Amino acid sequence: MSDFFTVSVLVATLATAIRFSVPYLLAALGETIGQRSGVLNLGVDGTMLLGAFGAYYTVLETGSHLLGIVVGIAIGLLMGLVYAIVTVFLQAEQGISGIGIFLFGLGFSDLLFQELVGTPKPIKPLPTLDKLPGVGGIFEPLVDIEHLGTLLFKHNLLTYLAFFLVPVVTWVLMKTTFGMNVRAVGENPQAADSLGVSVARTRFIAITIGSAFAGLAGATLSLQLAIFQHNLTNGIGFIAVALVYFGAWQPRWVMSGALLYGLVTATRIKWQSLDIIPQGASDIAAMAPAIITILALVLLASRVRGPAALTKPFTRH
Amino acid sequence: MTRITGAIVPLGAALFAFLFGALMIVALGENPLDGLGAMIDGAFGTGDRVAATAVRATPLLLVGVGITIAFRASVINIGGEGQIIAGALLSTAVALAIPDTPKIVLLPLVILAGLVGGGIWGAIPGVLKAYASVNEILSTIMLNIVAIQLMNYLLRGPMIDPIEVDGSNIPQTERLSDNAALPTLIEGTRLHLGVPIAIIAAILVYVMLFRTPLGFRLRAVGHNPDAARAAGISVEKNIVTALGLSGALSGLAGVVLVFGSESLRLVTDGGSAGFTGSAGFNGIVAALFGALHPLWTIPSSFLFGSLLTGATELQRELQIPNALAIALNGLIVLFVVSSDKVRTWLNRRLDRGTPFEAEIPDAPDPDDPPDVSGVGIAEGAS
Amino acid sequence: MKSVRKSQLLKLLGTLFAFTLIAVACGSDDATGTATSDCGTNTGVEEGDSVTDLTVALVAPSAKDDVAFTQSMVDSLTRLGIEPAITDGTFVVEEAAAAIRAYAEDGVDIVIAHGTQYGGSLAEIAPDFPETSFLWGTATDTQGLPNVYAYAPEADQGGYVNGYIAAGISVDIGVVGPVDAGDASAYVNGFVKGAQANGASAPAVVYTGSFSDVALATETAQAHADNGVGVLTGTSQSAVGAVNIATANDLAWFGTQSNTEAWESDLTVASQVYHWDVVLSTMIEQIEDGTLGGEAMVLTLENGGLVMEFNGCYDLESSLRSDAEGVIEDIIAGDITTK
Repeated sequence: MSDFFTVSVLVATLATAIRFSVPYLLAALGETIGQRSGVLNLGVDGTMLLGAFGAYYTVLETGSHLLGIVVGIAIGLLMGLVYAIVTVFLQAEQGISGIGIFLFGLGFSDLLFQELVGTPKPIKPLPTLDKLPGVGGIFEPLVDIEHLGTLLFKHNLLTYLAFFLVPVVTWVLMKTTFGMNVRAVGENPQAADSLGVSVARTRFIAITIGSAFAGLAGATLSLQLAIFQHNLTNGIGFIAVALVYFGAWQPRWVMSGALLYGLVTATRIKWQSLDIIPQGASDIAAMAPAIITILALVLLASRVRGPAALTKPFTRH
Repeated sequence: MTRITGAIVPLGAALFAFLFGALMIVALGENPLDGLGAMIDGAFGTGDRVAATAVRATPLLLVGVGITIAFRASVINIGGEGQIIAGALLSTAVALAIPDTPKIVLLPLVILAGLVGGGIWGAIPGVLKAYASVNEILSTIMLNIVAIQLMNYLLRGPMIDPIEVDGSNIPQTERLSDNAALPTLIEGTRLHLGVPIAIIAAILVYVMLFRTPLGFRLRAVGHNPDAARAAGISVEKNIVTALGLSGALSGLAGVVLVFGSESLRLVTDGGSAGFTGSAGFNGIVAALFGALHPLWTIPSSFLFGSLLTGATELQRELQIPNALAIALNGLIVLFVVSSDKVRTWLNRRLDRGTPFEAEIPDAPDPDDPPDVSGVGIAEGAS
Repeated sequence: MKSVRKSQLLKLLGTLFAFTLIAVACGSDDATGTATSDCGTNTGVEEGDSVTDLTVALVAPSAKDDVAFTQSMVDSLTRLGIEPAITDGTFVVEEAAAAIRAYAEDGVDIVIAHGTQYGGSLAEIAPDFPETSFLWGTATDTQGLPNVYAYAPEADQGGYVNGYIAAGISVDIGVVGPVDAGDASAYVNGFVKGAQANGASAPAVVYTGSFSDVALATETAQAHADNGVGVLTGTSQSAVGAVNIATANDLAWFGTQSNTEAWESDLTVASQVYHWDVVLSTMIEQIEDGTLGGEAMVLTLENGGLVMEFNGCYDLESSLRSDAEGVIEDIIAGDITTK
């Protein structure tokens, strides 16, 4: 046990937790935006898979990470458009439409992968800050700082972007007109409509942006892992949706949830690698993140009410 | 007239999905007619294949019928995978514990254990939602993960086939007692007792939902919890009941998957899909296609069962990955949910105003709030 | 009514069109072949002359080009000049059972059920098709079925060799395992034993609990790297994530099942490769003579079913290499037990 509490082990665990939580965080942030406007999207996992494949395939063919990320986001946008048409204009039941997006993404990403790539070929991984072409040297002294360097500066740019987006999303939701509209149509679409806010347009934009986050989350996953495979996400998108409820629709609490989930997973891996958790208990240990997330919510639960109009299509009277 | 409209629109939507499938097959360099032929042959080509299709449809039907209960009560149950596993584990444990019990006793016990196992796994998110305000989407997702790892743990340790401990260490149980097996109905095919059990379950759930006070309360809670509470109905209890019943039916699907399987044992590949075949998700699709009505879920499940068996054949004959079938399932869902709006519009145009399911007599209670749309749960549109 | 339906149609078609565009755009790009190693030592699999006129079908749980378990079988069949009908990616056991049964119904002579987990189903299917021969692996017994051949690798043997060499490179060793079962656990146990035989204390073994969760396997490998290991190994299709970590941290890598040089040419020291063709050719000969099954066969270093492929691009100390050769000989001679 004592092994675990050395500084270097703690730092490594935290660094793993941060890296691990990035795809969860990005996807959950996007879902937060959509849900704040009153639309539940259960299809995050499917969108992530398509974004992950798109980014992976782009990097495999062109070698450009930037292009891969752009493609991942673009696929997210496209899936967001589809989902917005289905749920906003056609007012389909949201829980179920999301399952449709999920199944489509699961099947279609696998189909494309099998037909276009086949053998899982690694791509070059995203460089960490100190390995960035050109400017990496600037960060090298920072990375060399004992402990702190590993913890804070040895990540890829998308990690910083993800955490930077937390205050950005908060700011957009709380301080901008668009954010106010989003919250208004999520709380009381009738009232918002009577004030001249277009419920359909606001939700349409919120969903599409949220879905673009999911595409980016998928791209982050496949580029961080430098690989694609059938069902690469293994349910990350669903957990991200759960984290939105965990975080009570507040970006900073959603972030806390993602970090908690990442930390429990990282601790489990670390403890197993240090033989603190015996091999025989590996399955039990793998339950820990799920159980702790539920327990944390039961124990700490701020009984926050979600957007009042969540999952409810809006019809003008 | 309205009834016809109601059926045509989702079928048209399915047709669009298949059109997409045909385009994909063309893109993969094959003839879509060959593809269709392979699928039909795979699903209905021989008596045995028809039976296999029915067997594939059974877990979808059971999960789907459970989904209708949950969604009618306005709770979203995406924990089907975990509930299937929980039902399978408990029923398998019973069969392992008392293998020599006569069939007439053991089989009902095994079925009961499956219902209880799935029911508990469903009731937990119900309790968490009702009494601790934990959203059921969060808890059902998390409990799926817990169930998978519980299965892995039990099949590698306490429940592993003793032969495997010194052999290949395959995480599976021993071949379970024949006394617990679902009997084959037509010799030479895979058709087993699970198929009629699922159909009977669907009919019972229909009766329960639309003919009993319990069903009325569940739907009242789903329709308008505040009004239900005002009428003296316990919203909390009914949420737990809805998720518990929904889980129990998924648990029964777990029983069918184990005790109606070729191998008559529970085996894991480390994830859930290897055992469930994603029935926990596909069941939702089947329920939706059946307009969240227990009886319509029967033909709907058979349609999706044939899609699954057909896809296996498609891959075998034309080397088209069965991932295509999963993508098509997703598209069918999207097109069908979208078509609901069309159906409402068409109904309005026809100036009949009666939604599709109203053809089937509703609950007798005069105070029963009528469903406002074809799928019954989109009441927010009112 | 008509106009409503029309506008609806247009919307749906629009959606459809967008997807079709993607599909067509992607579809025009031809699938690429197998990856080749930069060093050029990994020449791929040579197609052999066909050894039989019997028809063969393969049902397997992962993709046919997974650089792991399933590919090892496809490569082996290629070496025998056999082009099987393939249904791959059938990790759903009941789906696999349906495919196995369908091949048998079609009158295929030899149906290969290439997944341990298919055994239970096979026990029910095989008796229905007494004229068909079924090959099942990895498995160490035929379940008493006269028309089933079982095959299994003694994965612990190559594991032992890999572990032995690994300990010569670094005493700090990390192992990324999927689920503690089947040939994965045999490999890992052999690896640990071999490492200990060459002076390493106890390699850190982590089972992620999943054959396919690449993210977990990757982070597990990273945790090992952070702990300061000098060598990594892993098995199952999720191991590809761990290989990337080996690359990023300049750690030596040991492969198993298929040759993983294709993934990372410089850092793969050695791979234990399954050459199923050794037992397949015996089985096929016997089938042609009318014996449809009833025997379990194993791949060993001795019978050439397990081949240690050293990577020419990795600069392995020659003394260590010759020690390893010695270990292989001792295993073959039975002087070392690897279990």
